[in-house]
Amino acid sequence: MGHIERDLKEYPVASVNKETLVKEFSSFLPTESVKHETEDLTPFECDGLTAYPQIPLIAVLPENEEQVCQVMKVCNQFKVPIVFRGAGTGLSGGAIPYDQGVLLVLTKLKRIVHIDPVGRYAVVQPGVRNAAISEATKKYNLYYAPDPSSQIACSIGGNVAENSGGVHCLKYGLTVNNILSVRFVTIEGDIVEIGSKGLDSPGYDLLALITGSEGLLGVLTEVTVKLLPTPEKAQVIMASFDDVEKAGLAVADIIAAGIIPAGLEMMDKKAIDAVEQFIGAGYPMDAAAMLLCESDGSIEEVNNEIKKTTDVLYKSGATAVTVSTDEAHRLKLWAGRKSAFPAVGRVLPDYFCMDGTIPRKRLPQVLKRIAEMEETFQLQCANVFHAGDGNLHPLIMFDANEGDQLHRAELFGAAILELCVEVGGTITGEHGVGIEKINQMCVQFDNHELQTFLNLKLAFDPDGRLNPGKAIPTLNRCAEFGHMHVHRGEERFPDIPRF
Amino acid sequence: MSSIETSIDQFKSFFADAKKRSECVRIRGSGSKDFYGVSLEGTIVDTRDFSGITEYEPTELVLTARSGTPLRVIEDTLSENNQMLAFEPPHMGPEATFGGCIASGLSGPRRASQGAVRDFVLGVRLLNADGLDLQFGGKVMKNVAGFDVSRLIAGSFGTLGLILESSIKVLPKPECERTIFFDLDNQTAIKKMNELAGMPIPLSGTCFDGNRLAARLSGSEIAVKAGHQKIGGEASDEKEFWHSIREQSHPFFQSEGCLYRLSVNPTAPETKSTNGLIEWNGSTRWIWNEGSLEEHQEFAGQYGGYATVFRGNQSGKSIHAMSRELQVLQLKIKQAMDPQGVFGRQRLFTEF
Repeated sequence: MGHIERDLKEYPVASVNKETLVKEFSSFLPTESVKHETEDLTPFECDGLTAYPQIPLIAVLPENEEQVCQVMKVCNQFKVPIVFRGAGTGLSGGAIPYDQGVLLVLTKLKRIVHIDPVGRYAVVQPGVRNAAISEATKKYNLYYAPDPSSQIACSIGGNVAENSGGVHCLKYGLTVNNILSVRFVTIEGDIVEIGSKGLDSPGYDLLALITGSEGLLGVLTEVTVKLLPTPEKAQVIMASFDDVEKAGLAVADIIAAGIIPAGLEMMDKKAIDAVEQFIGAGYPMDAAAMLLCESDGSIEEVNNEIKKTTDVLYKSGATAVTVSTDEAHRLKLWAGRKSAFPAVGRVLPDYFCMDGTIPRKRLPQVLKRIAEMEETFQLQCANVFHAGDGNLHPLIMFDANEGDQLHRAELFGAAILELCVEVGGTITGEHGVGIEKINQMCVQFDNHELQTFLNLKLAFDPDGRLNPGKAIPTLNRCAEFGHMHVHRGEERFPDIPRF
Repeated sequence: MSSIETSIDQFKSFFADAKKRSECVRIRGSGSKDFYGVSLEGTIVDTRDFSGITEYEPTELVLTARSGTPLRVIEDTLSENNQMLAFEPPHMGPEATFGGCIASGLSGPRRASQGAVRDFVLGVRLLNADGLDLQFGGKVMKNVAGFDVSRLIAGSFGTLGLILESSIKVLPKPECERTIFFDLDNQTAIKKMNELAGMPIPLSGTCFDGNRLAARLSGSEIAVKAGHQKIGGEASDEKEFWHSIREQSHPFFQSEGCLYRLSVNPTAPETKSTNGLIEWNGSTRWIWNEGSLEEHQEFAGQYGGYATVFRGNQSGKSIHAMSRELQVLQLKIKQAMDPQGVFGRQRLFTEF
């Protein structure tokens, strides 16, 4: 086995023209499933990250696994770059098309294939919406735990590709912790079953590698998800604080008391104000920060945990504590949190949602630095925080039509991500790298670590045709980006010439 | 230079020498999991001097330790803070190391409800065959930057690189635990396990040991009590039971020959074998000697899973059977991570 250092092609190009490809695809796909006219392609020009629209060469919408394999085979034959897309709700631009490539859209594979209520799993196609799984399994008192905020629209294929999280991650984990197996189609168009209906499978954990691989390694045609018994009861506590730092310390106090809440969210004053003006969730307008802390489980368990948590919160300096009185009240309190992004979007026309994760104890320091950055970049930032697992969503508000605000917002965002790395965290907790954070990958990883990622990528995709320009930066890009990654005192890229 | 830096330098020069001579390196802690695998090839690199917990803050729910740290030291430290490794790693020997725990990827009775080693690994610092010191993942709960190499390392048995350090998510110990035994035959036990796993109760382990079904409830006292009322049965104070399953010291495991492990759909019927042990809500089946790997794989395959030879494999023979396509992907991983095949040749696969 030889050892050759290789970089990705920055700009792969198909070996045939668009007309030939349209003809090839049309030989096994209905006409309406092969889109190649500009007006038909425009709806696919971006995903949840709208700032960088791009039209693909062709978009194809296969209806079954066999057609997916055929698309992959044609693309393999003609060396065509491919980008995969589900519901298009991703926030990091992972499904933004590639101008010289095919966009493989999986929304037509939307069948729930099988539910095994006794074995507690469901087999679903990638286009099935996240929320549809729990809706379909509700009658068995089972549900699928990961609940990204876009769960009514986002599809499970995209959830696997991004390793999506949600507000219940601390207790129930991310997508990777809640799936059993996938049917994976390789770049050559072969199907491989990865994982098992049991809890593990022999050899290397390919399921873990594929989860969160952002469409860089292959495509899925089926996902088997784990189902959990629906908790008997869920109840949420809303606690107000007159100081952000106190709210942060209260989170540590809850954990120290041995409580792992089902959800533990924090919002700062700007986020509270935006939400209250938007939907009136009953949030405390006079608070500097608030926590939402949910308990779920059996009735006895929840009653006990709510009491225990309330005591901790008061001891930690909460100025007011409200416990949801019934299911409608609980949903109202959550509705505020879940509408935080659009609420902020009403304050100013545009916002960037950041997604860094930090060690929780660094929260006060990070919030202070973000406040300083607001001065530096002359822009406002509201903070929403999955406090339980340290995942911070600063929302940078701007108006793209006003002067250089877009540019300043981009710089602000980059500075926040780099701050997350500096305090020992990561540039993305759940939204993925996509194109949005590709440059910051050069900050978080040194060239040897990136080379390892590239080697894995090239093992599955030797020509770098799957989702080019996303998730894993080329070494050349990082050299040009030029940020200094200080890795245990070593200089980054000592072997690459600088220009 | 500290002894820790010396260790890393020694590892590096060892790898460099091995590469020069095209020899194979076997990364090893105490050797408590030496029983597992196709064969044990290569010159041993002992990790036990590379020891110590480097970071642990209970309220962050994260512990970082070097690979040579004894697993019992980690568990004792956590216990002092009323926390635990929720996947209950089997030690399989008194000197088991933390690195071996991650590298073997083995989990204990709590796995079905809380997750496996791979579910709790947050990051690894890996020394590859080129002597490069690489950090993947991190010390935070959620991290989706780059491929999830840390989880790929869990269960790789030292065949992809040397784990220098690993960060792992820890959880509070439950306030209360209660074990309930039911006298059932094996088919009824499988049914009961699946039924219990589908109920909103704080179930933290199930095991049918050939004679009776044990179910464990963990959580707040009030939740355990309420759960017990829902499922009925007699509570027992046999504290050693779960430990004996986790460490395979239970009488079932005191046998000679070949121990097969089947990972299947939890509702799969019992195999022909009438003397199996069943764990993890039905999804793991242990069988001594009867049948061959091929026969067990045929059964497991019908129920969406795999059979593995866990103990007593004849050296050089396969410990699992998988499709050719899947095996190709496995080889690709090996080539991407350890292209010269320096680490643990033939530990997991007969071909590489």
